[in-house]
Amino acid sequence: MKRAMVSREVDEIVSRYEGQITGSVGILQDIQNRYNYLPKEALVHMAKRLNVPLSQVYGLATFYKALTLKPRGKHLISVCMGTACHVRGGARIADEIQRRLNVKVGETTEDNEFTFEVVNCLGCCAIGPVMVVDGKYYEHMSARKISPILRKYETK
Amino acid sequence: MSMTKTIKTFKDLQGIFDRLRTERLLEKTRITISSGTCGQARGSVEVVEEFQRQLKKHNLKDKVTLKVTGCHGFCEVEPNAIIRFGPDSQRSIFYQKLKLEDVEQIVSDTVLKRKVIDRLSYVDLETGKSIAYLEDIPFFQKQNRLLLSNNVLVDPTDINDYLAIGGYTALQKTLSQMSPDEVIESIKRAGLRGRGGGGFPTGRKWESCRKAEGDIKYVICNADEGDPGAYQDRSLLEGNPHSVLEGLIIGGYAVGAREGYIYVRNEYPLAVKHVGIAVKQAEEYGLLGENILGSGFSFTININRGGGAFVCGESSALMASIEGRIGEPRFKHVHATEKGLWDRPTTLNNVKTWATVPLIINKGADWYASIGTEKSKGTMIFSLVGKINNTGLVEVPMGLPLRDLIYSIGGGIPGGKRFKAVQTGGPSGGCIPEALLDLPVDYEGLTAAGSMMGSGGLIVMDEDTCMVNVAKYFLSFTMEESCGKCTPCREGIKHMLEILNNISEGKAEERDLEILEEIGNMVKETSLCALGGSAPNPVLSTLRYFRDEYEAHIKDKRCPAGVCLELIHYSIDGAKCTGCGVCRKECPQGAISGQKKESHKIDKESCIKCGICLEVCKFNAVVVG
Repeated sequence: MKRAMVSREVDEIVSRYEGQITGSVGILQDIQNRYNYLPKEALVHMAKRLNVPLSQVYGLATFYKALTLKPRGKHLISVCMGTACHVRGGARIADEIQRRLNVKVGETTEDNEFTFEVVNCLGCCAIGPVMVVDGKYYEHMSARKISPILRKYETK
Repeated sequence: MSMTKTIKTFKDLQGIFDRLRTERLLEKTRITISSGTCGQARGSVEVVEEFQRQLKKHNLKDKVTLKVTGCHGFCEVEPNAIIRFGPDSQRSIFYQKLKLEDVEQIVSDTVLKRKVIDRLSYVDLETGKSIAYLEDIPFFQKQNRLLLSNNVLVDPTDINDYLAIGGYTALQKTLSQMSPDEVIESIKRAGLRGRGGGGFPTGRKWESCRKAEGDIKYVICNADEGDPGAYQDRSLLEGNPHSVLEGLIIGGYAVGAREGYIYVRNEYPLAVKHVGIAVKQAEEYGLLGENILGSGFSFTININRGGGAFVCGESSALMASIEGRIGEPRFKHVHATEKGLWDRPTTLNNVKTWATVPLIINKGADWYASIGTEKSKGTMIFSLVGKINNTGLVEVPMGLPLRDLIYSIGGGIPGGKRFKAVQTGGPSGGCIPEALLDLPVDYEGLTAAGSMMGSGGLIVMDEDTCMVNVAKYFLSFTMEESCGKCTPCREGIKHMLEILNNISEGKAEERDLEILEEIGNMVKETSLCALGGSAPNPVLSTLRYFRDEYEAHIKDKRCPAGVCLELIHYSIDGAKCTGCGVCRKECPQGAISGQKKESHKIDKESCIKCGICLEVCKFNAVVVG
């Protein structure tokens, strides 16, 4: 990654928050939205811009669950782990995906196709168990429905 | 930003109210589509586009108002449409579970010929008859939707819609007629208590913040709705964000703050978007900013997005997060109303609390206090989810018995299964058994039953839900979400979970239950913040009401609900199996064998208990036991 370009892009993001420390979590979210994860160069530059130690930025990046220091795969799969999904068998969906893709929660497949994450509750309990792939919601999931859905996203 | 939009005086605002109301009275036909997160997940956006096409095709664009709104609360039947012929009409046609192909017929039959399409109507669960009008559907009939009903009336992205239903009149009244002390007095008299779950009297909180020393003060809206199974805050922010803003501005005026923050969960992209649009529009109209409506009062609102940390729903952790620090709670020997955000006096309330404020100002404290029970006033929005027929958001007066919520409004348990428990209060709450179903739901009642109000999640569980597994689920949740700052929470929860894991694997001893209770009570009493202080509740309450299930796991090595993987195995009932071979083909492990048209067998060694065979068998031949 070109450092100059990262610096420029981080500058732009930080200025959205008027360079304020109170915007830190938002800045990190925006950086992650831009790069799919939090690249080291971006964090270093962000700390410089906010005039805080890098350790502070690193602390935030590792404390907040939605933030990740590892690059993500091409497709992001999230399974809802809310209570309503759980009593309807959400854990089975998560187990089956982990088994099919041979990854654990938060990991990315070797071919860089899928990253698998769980989310505490998406708040659409009527259609649970819910699985989301790249922002598309799949409702009333069952273990059997997983394979055909994943196949649609795999690069042919 | 065009300056012409700015409303500078109370008189200007009144003029806008009058104009918008007149416009509404002229309206002929209105079609309202629910398009919150659930609705969109089920294709509401496409349905709306099809309506636009069909209305254009029939040249109806000027005669029919198409309203795209947030969630209507009846999640089970989304996306739904409400069709009303003129503002004087007493009834609205209600269509459920809309699909693209239904739209053409709705326009040609219902909009043009006013004919009700039977197959799109809601079917009553008891009588099996279809119900054409929203007003007759039991789910809606038995609620008192003070807050939620406005979701049906407004396009959340258009401030004029909110103004048209009298939005910001409470702000107008506050700034033109009331002193800050009068506002606080009104909230106190109404008996409003914190809707985030704590139930602290809102007026008293405001009063201490107003009295606290300091010239800079803050108000915060806690929209970090982390409790799994609760989404009423999302629904309000998505569906009627201006009601929350209005409450927050009034609160700012009352406590003496010029700045407010909305801390919203980033997992709710639509809520983030709509509240952002709302703030911008309110700024353009001069309802936020300098010298609001010429009153001399100035107020701004900032939006902060959360980072996916549950603990940030705790007030001191939330403030740390706004300050740009990691969200660790602090010990609250000094209240936030004295030293909160940046050590300034701060009032933090939940989304529902803020949204209730304009209602109280408009309709009066005595009116509000007349709803509910002696100590819990007003209405509460519950999310009725899990093993329930009518999943949705329901708003009822405080004090309604659980039974009415679950059976009269929720329509009971699907599939003829038996009710087992209802879990309230999220990971901080507990499970309430059938014997207590007549419990009136209010702050005190739920606490006495070993649970709590929390953010209003009601998760219904049936005979197929294992209570040990539920306790394990919540404890894994709180263990993951514990920030790790204090020892009882960090270590205690972990040890409790270890014992629960042993129980669910059939490796526990009887005395483990006592140890579990002992650690639970210790964590409850000695944790730093409410996360740890309430984390043992799901375990302690299930031990209290469902001890026999724990004992079955320990003594008989049996999971009565058939959930705990180590204690169950799959087999095929030879008498029922037709040898169709579907399970054999679907089994990902190749663990099922058998000849065509002969009964099949599952190899216990290679079976991973994924449940696919159970799912695909049409003859109920797969047995879990």
